[in-house]
Amino acid sequence: MSAIKGQWVQIRRILLNPGERAPSVPEDTGNLPLELRVRGFLLEEKAEVGELVTIKTAAGRNVRGRLESVEPTHEHNFGDHVPELAEAGMELTKWLTGGDEDE
Amino acid sequence: MNDNSYKSVMSRRKEIMKASVGVDYDRYELDGIAFDYEALMKDTSYPIEEIRKIQAETGVGYTPLIELKNITRLVRSISERGKGARIFLKDEATNPSGSFKDRRASISVARARELGYKGVIAATSGNYGAAVASQSMKRALKCIIVQECYDSNGRGQPEILEKARACEAYGAEVAQLTVGPELFYYFLLLLEETGFFNASLYTPYAIAGIETLGYEIAEQSQRMIGKNPDYVLATHAGGGNLTGTARGLLKAGADTTEVIGVSVDLSGLHMASDYDFNRKSFTTGHTGFGIPFAVLPDRSDVPRNAARALRYMDRYLLVTQGEVFYVTEMLARLEGLLRGPAGNTSLTAAIALAKELPAEKTIVVQETEYTGAGKSPTAQLTFARNNGIEIIRGDPIAQDSPGRTISIPEHHSQIAYKDVNMIELRKSYIKQLLKQGLTLIESDYDYLSAELKISVAEAKRLVKEVSGNVDPEK
Repeated sequence: MSAIKGQWVQIRRILLNPGERAPSVPEDTGNLPLELRVRGFLLEEKAEVGELVTIKTAAGRNVRGRLESVEPTHEHNFGDHVPELAEAGMELTKWLTGGDEDE
Repeated sequence: MNDNSYKSVMSRRKEIMKASVGVDYDRYELDGIAFDYEALMKDTSYPIEEIRKIQAETGVGYTPLIELKNITRLVRSISERGKGARIFLKDEATNPSGSFKDRRASISVARARELGYKGVIAATSGNYGAAVASQSMKRALKCIIVQECYDSNGRGQPEILEKARACEAYGAEVAQLTVGPELFYYFLLLLEETGFFNASLYTPYAIAGIETLGYEIAEQSQRMIGKNPDYVLATHAGGGNLTGTARGLLKAGADTTEVIGVSVDLSGLHMASDYDFNRKSFTTGHTGFGIPFAVLPDRSDVPRNAARALRYMDRYLLVTQGEVFYVTEMLARLEGLLRGPAGNTSLTAAIALAKELPAEKTIVVQETEYTGAGKSPTAQLTFARNNGIEIIRGDPIAQDSPGRTISIPEHHSQIAYKDVNMIELRKSYIKQLLKQGLTLIESDYDYLSAELKISVAEAKRLVKEVSGNVDPEK
């Protein structure tokens, strides 16, 4: 996938490599790099995902990193139906409104 | 060019801080371990009337206090005769960005503007980011929010992703990091690079901004029921919410109101662990922040933390993830209020506490927060299930196991709390001090007495008890 100048993109870069991390981090974390993801407008004319690029962020900073995605969207949602919770909710509604016998 | 290694940046922290906060903390240091907390709060902030004025300029505060009559009725239906305290809720979700954090951000951002900074930076994965972003735009300042957001597989906690969306919607830059306390390292680098103001959660301004919350509770309670509330419950993480609210209550003369902190019990999960990061369903208001910040407040991103929970906390109660999800559902179903997890944490404890208290007593739950995609219980429970967490209906305390099982109550009578032993908590605070190899002088006991809300004699007794078991690290 490619992006052109001025497009809204996300980059990713390593801030600290495994050996460079804080002495206090637990082992599982210490064995991993500290990574940054940030979004902004692409400054290069054209770039492919995975290439090293520069972006201008919403606060006006220029930041370099590997292009990770183009026009990233917010994908978090309300989740699936959770039967355990829905059941609990209906019990409470029934307590409040009296349930079927009131109909 | 600066050396940007972890060690080098951390060694510059003091000068970076000084340039970015506009407070000379050194002025308030006293002999021994102490510093002059009240002088710091007084000199570097504004009187409460001024704070109310600043907040009114950006539409912050004056939120409604709502009596939860149906929930109180539910509690009374399972209480002994004459028991079942009245529960009130301070609807902080009606603030501009949807939480009490607007109070905190409003003063910091106004101060940044007054001092001539071009922008502000805050390190936060929570509602505070949206609050700082929203307030910054009102004051025409640039804004950068730094979040701890992803695990090493690039999976983001849904609630934190939602905060990122909100911050971006206001026009802020959002820098999202993977798991680790070195967020602070990058935060320092950004302060150095931009010369922006450090809108820390823990400056005197941030805490003074919350004082209006406690003040309003006393005023509204007087108006609605003719007295101050008997209990105020505050969800506790970094300590600012509880500290600011308690200080505001005192300023309004509510000096007999008991202030109770409440957190979600996440014991057993390591907060800096990449593996554990996405095995929790709460991103704040939990013991992973609540206990460390209570016992060592100065671990924060400023030299002296203005949020000092143990100065004001009368009791500290813990509830479980499953209970809070259940109560979130209850608030929607019985009171018609769809709200986020933060305030519902203390509401959960309020329900359990109300059962034990006489019917004429009143409890105020001092916040709500907005909810939506990523923050709703279904979003969090789906995420939990996808991360291998078992979700059951059962006893929410006996069958709760952070990182493994979330147990949603089978019945509202199962809602209960666990009391944290306050003496042990105060001893942990002393242990943290002694671990740094500090020797106490006589005047330090007055400081400890204020820090821990105990007498000087009690402070001496606790120090003596603890010092037998501590090996200073140096």
